[in-house]
This record gives sequence, structure tokens and C-alpha cells, in this order.
Amino acid sequence: MTPKATIRAEAERLFAAFQAAGAIPVDADILLPAETLLDLYGEDLRARAYVTHDPLHGEMMLRPDFTVPVVQAHMAHGADPARYTYLGEVFRRQEHLDGRPREYLQVGYEIFDRTAPEAADAEVFALIADLLAGLPVTPVTGDMGLLMAAVAALDTTDRRKAALMRHIWRPNRFRALVDRFAGRVDPSPSRLALLQQAKGGIAAMIPETVTGLRSAQEIEARVAALVADADAPPIPAQQVAILDRLLALNGPLPQAVQVLDDMAKNMPALAAVAQRFRARMAALAKRGVAVETLGFEAAHGRNTLEYYDGFVFEFHTADQRPVASGGRYDALTARLGQGRSIPAVGGVIRPALVAELRGAV
Amino acid sequence: MLKIGVPSKGRLMEQTFEWFGARGVTMRQSGRDREYAGAVDGIDGVELVLLSAGEIPRELAAGRIHLGVTGSDLVRDKLADWDRQVAELAQMGFGHADLIIAVPAAWVDCDTMDDLDAVAAGFRAAHGFRLRIATKYHRLVREFLTEQGVAEYQLVDSQGATEGTVKNQTAEAIADITSTGETLRANDLKILGDSVIHQSQATLFAARQAGWDVEKRATLTRLAGMLGVKAGAI
Repeated sequence: MTPKATIRAEAERLFAAFQAAGAIPVDADILLPAETLLDLYGEDLRARAYVTHDPLHGEMMLRPDFTVPVVQAHMAHGADPARYTYLGEVFRRQEHLDGRPREYLQVGYEIFDRTAPEAADAEVFALIADLLAGLPVTPVTGDMGLLMAAVAALDTTDRRKAALMRHIWRPNRFRALVDRFAGRVDPSPSRLALLQQAKGGIAAMIPETVTGLRSAQEIEARVAALVADADAPPIPAQQVAILDRLLALNGPLPQAVQVLDDMAKNMPALAAVAQRFRARMAALAKRGVAVETLGFEAAHGRNTLEYYDGFVFEFHTADQRPVASGGRYDALTARLGQGRSIPAVGGVIRPALVAELRGAV
Repeated sequence: MLKIGVPSKGRLMEQTFEWFGARGVTMRQSGRDREYAGAVDGIDGVELVLLSAGEIPRELAAGRIHLGVTGSDLVRDKLADWDRQVAELAQMGFGHADLIIAVPAAWVDCDTMDDLDAVAAGFRAAHGFRLRIATKYHRLVREFLTEQGVAEYQLVDSQGATEGTVKNQTAEAIADITSTGETLRANDLKILGDSVIHQSQATLFAARQAGWDVEKRATLTRLAGMLGVKAGAI
């Protein structure tokens, strides 16, 4: 067999296994409307996906992953609960000459289920772990929900929390915001000048003519917000220390949950998170996963395409290439569901890497 | 022949000719003034190719010219992994311009990239679409904004008169090159203090993928000697 045929045969084997686990096969278009994906992922996606132009429909994107079309199909006419599987090419634009593939097959498994999220997390992880059994891959897990829960529990303004939540997936900006809200950096001279000037009345600060679409009212409202923010007390140092410790959390699951318990003493909101963590650990163990040695990294998932908001995982090769990855994306279904939502978790396997690790190609 | 691509008109062409001339390599347009053919005196084996400055990065990447003079901004923007495709032989000290981000001067609440990010979030909430930044430097600007962690913006293409897009309400901000800032001020725009994306100047590049046979390498060594630049990277 040619390498492509071998890889496709591997993909078909995985696809059949996902169907045997109860998933319904679904198809998705290759050409997707770019606008939906860009609104969801942001402009950064252009560096990672191929955009082409349709003379009548405008910008179209070559499918960078299946999640969005599968969620859209489910929200339009899916059963509840539902399990889906798919097999097909995804396309990733590469900006570096390092030989990364531009197109490759993905086989995926997605669960849409309102009950027992921890059991669903464990089901996806264990199913993929079984299919990769015997291959030289290392699993790592994370949980975006930890950081989100810690941010939600901070003693600070809603505006600051919202700003931090927006940047959960952008570690640099998140760090800069934490430093500012914790009073670790001094305001810039221009910001101090603005605050000083605002004491004489905000309305008087706005020029008479405002160029562009952003209105004088919008500018005024943000100046007022900046003034209010300057008066807000800094995030307590102890809570900042918890954020730092949380982001550095790294170790096998039983050890990680102990650290969480410890942190919950100072931030009670983390107790509920630790409880969910335990429930997932039990669900994983029930499915035969060796949780004692399964790695947990709190920072895992922060550099992915931003939609995971709970459990995340990856199986990678010794040289860090991802053979399989996935996670929970409850919020995504709400954003694509036009008012409706459903908790969802899923994962994908790259059959080309599986075939390579088996020595088949 | 070792082909060297040089901007085909304007100040950039004149200054390039002066730069080479001061180093004993005389370049001139052959034939009539509007004819895009050139000649080189002072060294054998070098052929002058007059091209639009915007096309020189592409010609270098393709290896159709061995050397090329163009703005460092254009090479970085048009070529992915630019330093693996071309080598920088000399910064020539003219054609200086900064690629920056500018917003309406009336945005008294917006002085930094941090502000721009917060403004973008508020703008999307108020208007239902992502804040538009007009530019022709898509790669450089996008990479900068990614690195800065700015979200909820979109780049809209503008190949000219970019400063006017804000007034015309086809963009909320711009990313463009400026040398004096005069056009920005005339269009009621101000530069964000920490938004210098790239400081560009005319630069002599060598194409890594061009056919570098023994003869062309020897020509390059002689030329580099006259120009006082190191060509060892090629």
C-alpha cells in the first residue's frame, strides 16, 4: 500500500472503533464560511488556516477542524444526548519551513450530553487511550475550568474579572493584566495624566469632533470606567499567589488534587473544582486509566485554539508531536447555538502519526 | 550573470544608485528615462534588474534575482520565515519608516496596546463586529497583535490612502508606515506609544535559493569587497 492508503486504512480502523463505541458518523463541508470561524477564534486564525475567496459568498476557509461544523450540525438538528464521529482532512496553513503537514486526516469523537460531565470526559479520554494502547505516546491532562474558577473567585471588580476571562488563552496578556490589577506595575504617565484631567469632568475631555465610528459616548464611558478602576483596590497578594501557584501546578493527578485541596483553604471556590476533579479522576479510574501516574499540567490548553473551557488532554510523541488531543467546550455550543447550549466534550486522533508510530509508513 | 534587483523609480532608486555609486559600483538606467532597463559599471558579471520595490521580496524568494534592494518591512511582511529565504547583507541607511498603529486622536482613553485591546472588546460589544484595523502589512501586524495578546480585532486590506479609512468609517484604526507623522495628524490620528511594529529601512538582501554557482559566488565576493559588506551567510 502507498503511505496515503495505509494512513487511510488506519483512519478507517479508528473511525470503526468510534462507531462501535456508539457514535453516529457525520460529514462536514470542507469549505466553511470564514466569518463564523474568525469571529469565534479571532484574526489569529488566518495564520493557521487557508482562506480563499468565493465570488458570491466572500471569504471561505478550508476546514481547520471539525468541531465548529459538527457543533453547528448538532445545534441545528441533533438528538440529545448524542455521540458523533467523523473522518476527513483538515487543513493547516504553516508559516514556517519546518515540514509540518498542511493537510492531514483527523478522526474524531464528540459527546453532547447534559448529565455527568466527568463521566463523558473520562469516556472520551479512555476511548482514545485504548485506541493508542501500546504506542510510544505520553498523555497529559489539564483543566481550563480551574483557572476560570479562580478568576471568578477573585475579590475584584466584575470588569477586571471579565478582562481576565477574555485572556485566559493568552498567557502574556493575562500576566500583564494580573500585574496591573494587583498593583505590581505603576500606571503609565499618560494614564496618570488622564486620571488627573478627569477630575475636572470627563465630558470636557472629549474633543468636539470625533473621527470614525467609535462615538464620543463610548470614549466617555471608557474614561469613566478607567477612573472607577483606578479607585478599585488591588487584587489581594494572597489571591495573586494562588493564581501563580495554580498556573505552575504540574504533577500526577492525585498529587494535583491535593494541592487543589490545599489552595481551597484560602480560596473556598476551589473546593467545588477539587470535587469535580476527584469525580473525573474516579470516572477515569473506573474506565481503567492509570490515574496515579497520569500527568496534570494546569497551563495545558492555554495555547490552543481558544474554545476549551474544562478538561483538556493530549497524547504526544517523544518529540512533542500531538497524536491525539481534545477537551471540553461547553461555552462554544452556547456561542454557536443561538440561545441554546449543551455541554460537550470531544477529541481527535491523527491517523498519520498512529501509522507512523506503528511503523506502517 | 549575478542579477541584482533595484527599485525602478523615485527617491528609493536614486538613493540606491547613490549608495552603490559611493562604493564604486555605478548603476544607471540604460536608454530612455522611462525604460526599465539598467546597466552596471565598475564590476563585471553583474546585471541590473529594475523592479517595483513591492515585487523584489517575491523575486528574491523565487531565486530569480540573486541580490535585491527593498524595504526591510516588505521582506518581513511578504515572506513567511523571511530569514530562511533571504539573508540581510547591509542596512543601507535610507528609506527610514516606522510601521506603527494609529487611532483617532479623539480616543483620549487609548494610548497603549493594552488600551487598544480593551477598546476592541468594548467596540465589539457595542457594535456587534470586531474592531477593524486597515493595513497592507497583514503578516507583520497580525504577528505583532498575536504576540501582544490583542483580541477581537480584524484586519481589513488597504493598499493606499490608509489614513483616510478611519474618517470614511471603513476602519477604526490603521497600521501603516510613517516617517514624519504628518499625514496621520492631518487625518486626526495619533500613534499608540508602544506600537512600533518594525523600524524599516532600505536593505540589501541576498536570495538563499538563487543559483549560486562558483562563478556567481566569485562575483559576489568581489562585489561584497567593494561594498564593504559580509556575504558569508550565503
